[in-house]
Formats: sequence, C-alpha cells, structure tokens
Amino acid sequence: MIIINGTSENFQKEVLESELPVLVDFNATWCPPCQALHPILEEIADEGGDFKIVAVDIDEESELAEQYNVSSIPCLIVFDGGEEVDRKTGLQSKKRLLKMLGK
Amino acid sequence: MYDIIVIGGGPAGLTAAIYGVRANKKVLVLESTACGGQIINTTHIENYPVAPHITGLEFGQTLEKQAEDLGVEIEFDYVLHIDPIEGGFQVTTDDDKYTAKTVIIATGTNPRKLRLENEDRFTGRGVSFCATCDGNFYKGKTVAVVGGGNSAAHEALYLSDIAEKVYLIHRRNELRASDALIDQLRARKNIELVLEANVVELSGADKLERIKLDTDREIELNGLFVSIGRVPSVEPLIDGLELSEDKYVTAGEECITNIPGVFVAGDVRTKELRQLVTATSDGAMAATQAINYLSANK
Repeated sequence: MIIINGTSENFQKEVLESELPVLVDFNATWCPPCQALHPILEEIADEGGDFKIVAVDIDEESELAEQYNVSSIPCLIVFDGGEEVDRKTGLQSKKRLLKMLGK
Repeated sequence: MYDIIVIGGGPAGLTAAIYGVRANKKVLVLESTACGGQIINTTHIENYPVAPHITGLEFGQTLEKQAEDLGVEIEFDYVLHIDPIEGGFQVTTDDDKYTAKTVIIATGTNPRKLRLENEDRFTGRGVSFCATCDGNFYKGKTVAVVGGGNSAAHEALYLSDIAEKVYLIHRRNELRASDALIDQLRARKNIELVLEANVVELSGADKLERIKLDTDREIELNGLFVSIGRVPSVEPLIDGLELSEDKYVTAGEECITNIPGVFVAGDVRTKELRQLVTATSDGAMAATQAINYLSANK
C-alpha cells in the first residue's frame, strides 16, 4: 500500500471516515527521528494489511497538528471509527507500531 | 545459540557487532527502536575523525548498513531482561527469547525526567526533551527550559530565536553553564533566568498550560523543555550486575563487568568522556574481550 499524504482537505475522508483503522504519522523534514521512522513505515506499508497509513507534514499542515495537540514529533496516532484510540510520541519499532494497530 | 548478543544498536553496539562478525562470530543486535542511538538527533557531527560534515542520522544509517553488509543480524525488539543459563545467557524481549554465549550491554542513556505527576501525560503535549526536535512548535509562544548546564543554556538560546519568551529555571543560585554561554543568555532580551527554583507542578487541560515552582510562583506557558542531564538505561536488565552510585554499569576501559560473559560498551559504562569516538572505541574493546572469553571458554 502507499502512504497517503494527509492534509486538512482529505483528513476527514481518509482518516476520520475510514472504514479501516488508520495510523497517522505527524512528522517534519527537519526532525531526525521522523526520518529514521520513515523506512519503518514504508516497510509496514509494503507488507500491507487491513489498515491505512497517513503521513502529515506538520509544517505544511500546522492546523492539523494544533487540532490534535501535537507538540513533539514523530507523533503516531491510531484512529479507529473516527476516534483516537492510541498515541505514541518518539521513534517506535515496527513491532510496537503493528501492536498499536492491533496486529 | 549466538556467540554474542549486543543490546542496543547505537555506535557502541554496532561497532561491537562489526568486530564480532569480522572474527567469524555469530552476532545478533537487539535494538528497541531504530539503529543509531542518541547521535541521530545531532544535526552535524563535527568532531569525528575523517567525517567532517556527516549528520547524526547518516552516521547511524551508514553504520547500520555496514554492520548488516558484514553479516550482523539485527532484530528490532525491546529487551526485558537477561538470565544466566547453562553455557551462556537467555535474553527475553517483548516478543521472543534469544540465547547467546556472551552479552554486550550497549543501551546508552535516556533524558532524565523531572519525576512529576502528569509528566508522562504532558510529554508530547507541551513537555519536551529536545528543543531542536520540537522548538518549531512554539513560534511566538512562551516556553521554559529546566536545567543549568551547557545543554540547558544551548536549548534556551535556540528557543529564544523561535519563542516570544523563554524562562530558564534552575534549582541553584548560579548556572553551571560556561561563562561564554551565560553571557549570551544575559544578552537575550527575551530570556528570563529564574534561579533557586524547582518545578513542582504541571497543569493544563488537554496540554500543558501552567507550571508551579516551589517559590510559589506560577508561570503560564505553552512548552516546557527538560534538560537536566541523562540517565543510564540499564535497570533492571540482569540480576547482580554491578552499577555505580548513579546507576552506570561499572567497568574499566576493558569493558568487562563483574559477571563473566557480560561486557559493556558506550555511554552506559562508567567513564569520563561520553562521545561518539569513545563509544565506538568501547564497542571494539567489548567485542575483543567477548571474543577472548569465547576462546577461553570453549
């Protein structure tokens, strides 16, 4: 699967109204742990599963970051049925990310 | 059974692993998140020989690839504890158990916390341990830095270019930071030093909004950056491991711990200087000692 670029325009449709659980990665280009996380998310996306991955650049989408009280990155939030069900800040392993998704 | 399990995929651990595989040992590195360790947060490494402009992330990723190309196995899993077994050790992780004849502990350090109620709840919601990671969230806002050393001073100076107002809160009546840094702090109009004060309370609804000091002063703010040193990430890995008073693994330059077959490398060891170059040096030494141990205990 591909990692979807999350914006304030598509967040409602891609995340909040998604039938599948969604892992949202709030990140920035200048944040080293975000860059270290990126290949891990790509690997999870490549292997696929019944979930979606959405990446939100907090510089481009500062309103979304503010709306979800994100003030440290990387910040990973799992949404299921439009609700936030889990949140972790900082670099996470592949296994811990899959656990957040209930895998 | 592995010959060597290295716990921690930072510069010390990966260097140890490289020395291990090059001596034809079967080596596994267990890393809890991503390889590279603390150095990945450093934007420019300027004091490592022959690599004058490398970023911390490049350093970590290049080292990881070098180790893998040489035959090091790397698993991403969180180590819970290590137990002695016949002929070696069993390492229990979140998901698995691994066995090895020797273990090298290279777990590094983590930022020291304030140990206040709500600190975990507000971490990522106003409380941060890294100004260069999270400073940009506070454009035109009010923040405080806790700490009095060079790191805290650097964080306050970095933040003063972004935030509207920066408080620097320190428990003693003078900062430990260098005179040059103190002069720079005093020259910034938007930095206010708050000395002889400890943060005792964090409060806010969904995110941090206010802190209370033991002087009874309250400060309304948006972010609090904690810069009060680092603590070793070792407890409670293995029973009987000798630690120093401040909980570093006790070992000399040889990287040999009090438990036969257990070695230590990098920032988690008792030592004078915690730098990239001393971490990689420890990795080479710990691996060499583990290899010697394997030869002597065939």
